[in-house]
Amino acid sequence: MTQINVRVDGASYSDDVEPRTLLVHYLREQLGKVGTVVGCDTSNCGACTVHLDGESVKSCTVLAVQADGAEVTTIEGIADGATLHPMQKAFHEQHGLQCGYCTPGMIMASIDLVKNNPNPTEHEIREGIEGNLCRCTGYQNIVKAVQQAAGEMSSTGTHAVETTGAQA
Amino acid sequence: MTITEDPSTATPEAPAKEVGSARLRKEDARLITGKTTWTDNMVLPGMVYMSVLRSPVAHATITHLDVSAAKDRPNVVAVYTGADFKDEQGSIPCAWPVTPDMVNPGHPSIAVDTVNHVGEAVAIVVARSRTAAVDAVEAIDVDYENIPVVLDMEEATKDGAPLVHAHTESNTSYHFVFDAGEAGTGGDTDAAFDAADVVVSRRFVQQRLIPAFMEPRSVVVGVSGDNYTLWSATQIPHILRVMAALTTGIPEHKLRVIAPDVGGGFGGKLQVNPEEILALLIARRLGKPVKWTETRSESLMTAHHGRDQIQYIDVAADREGNVKGLRVRLLADMGAYLRLITPGVPALGAFMFPGIYKFPAYRFECDGVFTNKVPTDAYRGAGRPEATFAIERIMDELAVELSMDPMELRRKNWINAEEFPFTTVAGLSYDSGDYEQATQAALELLGYDELRAEQKQRRESGDPVQLGIGISTFTEMCGLAPSRVLGSLAFGAGGWEQASIRMLPTGKVEVVTGSTPHGQGHETAWSQIVADQLGVPFDDVEVLHGDTAISSRGLDTYGSRSLVVGGTAVVKASEKVVAKARKIAAHLLEASEDDLEFSGGKFSVKGTPGAGLGIQEIALAIFAAHDYPEGIEPSIDAEAAFDPTNFSFPHGTHLCAMEVDTDTGFVKIRKYACVDDIGNIVNPIIVEGQMHGGLAQGISQALYEEAIYDADGNLTTGTFVDYLVPSAMDLPHFDTGNTTHAAPDNPLGAKGVGEAGCIASTPAVVNAALDAVRHLGVSDIRMPLTPERVWRAIHQGGDGGDRAAEGSNAYGGARTTESGYEEAK
Repeated sequence: MTQINVRVDGASYSDDVEPRTLLVHYLREQLGKVGTVVGCDTSNCGACTVHLDGESVKSCTVLAVQADGAEVTTIEGIADGATLHPMQKAFHEQHGLQCGYCTPGMIMASIDLVKNNPNPTEHEIREGIEGNLCRCTGYQNIVKAVQQAAGEMSSTGTHAVETTGAQA
Repeated sequence: MTITEDPSTATPEAPAKEVGSARLRKEDARLITGKTTWTDNMVLPGMVYMSVLRSPVAHATITHLDVSAAKDRPNVVAVYTGADFKDEQGSIPCAWPVTPDMVNPGHPSIAVDTVNHVGEAVAIVVARSRTAAVDAVEAIDVDYENIPVVLDMEEATKDGAPLVHAHTESNTSYHFVFDAGEAGTGGDTDAAFDAADVVVSRRFVQQRLIPAFMEPRSVVVGVSGDNYTLWSATQIPHILRVMAALTTGIPEHKLRVIAPDVGGGFGGKLQVNPEEILALLIARRLGKPVKWTETRSESLMTAHHGRDQIQYIDVAADREGNVKGLRVRLLADMGAYLRLITPGVPALGAFMFPGIYKFPAYRFECDGVFTNKVPTDAYRGAGRPEATFAIERIMDELAVELSMDPMELRRKNWINAEEFPFTTVAGLSYDSGDYEQATQAALELLGYDELRAEQKQRRESGDPVQLGIGISTFTEMCGLAPSRVLGSLAFGAGGWEQASIRMLPTGKVEVVTGSTPHGQGHETAWSQIVADQLGVPFDDVEVLHGDTAISSRGLDTYGSRSLVVGGTAVVKASEKVVAKARKIAAHLLEASEDDLEFSGGKFSVKGTPGAGLGIQEIALAIFAAHDYPEGIEPSIDAEAAFDPTNFSFPHGTHLCAMEVDTDTGFVKIRKYACVDDIGNIVNPIIVEGQMHGGLAQGISQALYEEAIYDADGNLTTGTFVDYLVPSAMDLPHFDTGNTTHAAPDNPLGAKGVGEAGCIASTPAVVNAALDAVRHLGVSDIRMPLTPERVWRAIHQGGDGGDRAAEGSNAYGGARTTESGYEEAK
């Protein structure tokens, strides 16, 4: 067992983990952060995407020990209290989800995409979310959602505060 | 784009305020914040975890199986093999014996002495943690003695072929025939072919697909005395409850099934899974709660697959292009076993091969064939995409043979708007529609004339990138289904749906539906329906589903049935609530029932608007029950079951413009436009989303997806690295539109939309690619249209798909040519 200290969605945790534990399993099984899900075992689907020190990562491809000393933000930590993150709001308003299983990862990847490219074209959005698979929507409304959120985020400066997260 | 048909075809109950409005979805609130209830989230006190050892070989006898080392591993609770359950596991049920003499070899949940496909369960470790269970599986010692592997259906049906199941006489499970002449719905098919000017015959391959829902399957069983609760990522909690009770012997009233949030299904979770049965058996044996969640590779390897047919199709016509007859013979791959509706999927397609055309004669035959692969079963469309592909492909081939414009040929033969309702040669009564109107709208949406001009220009200039336009004018049968029809097809259940409405004391409303969503938005759409029916606010309605203790009766979600059948049950239950409330209102308002009118949620005496009593106030009054009429019950709650009298028949015209790079074989959809008629629309944004998703899957069959087994029966597409689920970069923008001809057979006028895009799009895409390169001598390209196949078809002839290993399921063996129909016999 290895001890790690990690902040997740604004709360601090100190835990012993097996060195082989994946970050996603640590989040789900030890912290009960079940908003982040597992969709595959080859890092193809992106359903488990979270932010590690503000960067989008697939949490099935990161060991929990690699998050030691880091700040992790999950889908459960991006809303400001009852106020949705612009990306969450946009996915709702553009019907960018159906079953919702890919949605946490898709939203986290899209936030990172807009942080790096505040004004993405349709092509850039499609390219930017290529690592996240959705089986329900055909992506068209996801693209629209990212476009809407990009507009709102650049006008409100949302990406600057995103990694601090809400209290767990 | 929306085109509304003249009012004479609309139902009397025109859409009111909520129905038809683009309400944002209620269910999103939890899905976008991570506050979901996926089955794998569930943790119960003392819960143990299952991990399954799966066969690495496709066909073998288990000669040695030693689990003792696994039992000694840390935190292992128990290890089981087939021997432990052989007397109690029964058989995974098959609810659709399509013929009286269908051979069902039986489907053990865990192999006892032989394995029949790669991935079949051989042993199970139960441990205190997921990781301990997975680790201990490694310590199981097992030897296999291989048996010849059966993979290729055309080989498997020959005399003397090796058998999948040694105790059967052949690899053919059943021979299903529909002959319109014998059924009295058409003329003599052979006579029609004998008299025809032109006969075109083709052999099409419907490759094997994997539903690939995003949420892996997951099961949790809770135990309380002799009561069991089964949580499962399933589309069918109600059917699963009955079937699991019958299979395990757990009395039905001691078994509660819950489908919590379910992450997609597409037919792939329309199943009674071996692991669901095994989790129940193990929970019963241990008296402990049990969890099993599959990995993605387990899912791709062992959850059922879809499609997988070889289609021999012949069409007869006169020189002017009037179709005279249609003859279809299928080989349908069942896989190693029959699961819930494995044999029924191709039989369901039997009725859709004639498509929208007025064939005077039709004969359909299908052999269900066993192979050493995972079973096939429902996948979005289930039988209808296969049928639509074949008919829409061969109409193009006939047009080429006759040197006719493919749309002109279709127009000449399709059912005209004034001919509805129309009884087809397959005996179905198509309800409503206007194929010409949808086609005109789609042509406009695509920009057909400009693209045809560009195609001509590219062809004349010898551009290496050629352009093609593909057509699919389709219909499908939705709203499964009239129970009597299902009975006549030997299906094991009915097709009704149930709903109940509970009026709570505060005036809030609970709607209980037997239809179980997994992404379709029932909570929103049902709220819209009830808001209109009862005149209550949308936000005052809560929709409950997916738990057999709450929703005791239901037949779940598949076959584009939820709105058409389940939504109608909600309407019927609402009508009963209003009728019951009317009696209370009359009593409290001291008026005659006949003098009351109900509007906007309020009963008032005719001629005295303003005064009156709201239905939500009546809910409180009847809760108190201090003052209500003698002789009635103190409740305005109601339930209703609705059994449809007919299927519904959405239709549409799908057009695909495709660029084909003749140097590289790379294909790119330039534009995709479709106009669908799905009847009245309850929520346009949900409808558009369903269309997009269906299109993505149908297009992906044409371009990307194929479950491939090698010559030894190993699934070589067993991860998301190898099985191509398309990303955002792989799919185009879709231009969608609607025409509206209300369905006449249900009060909502709805026809169903869940499968339309998936059924219609595949042939449009393939026809487009062929249209681009037909002048280069290409008449078919095997799906999926990989660059390699397209390049080979252009530069080496054939359909580009002949490279597959001999004996593999890619059907790369001897190619039938002149008349596949004859040769296959």
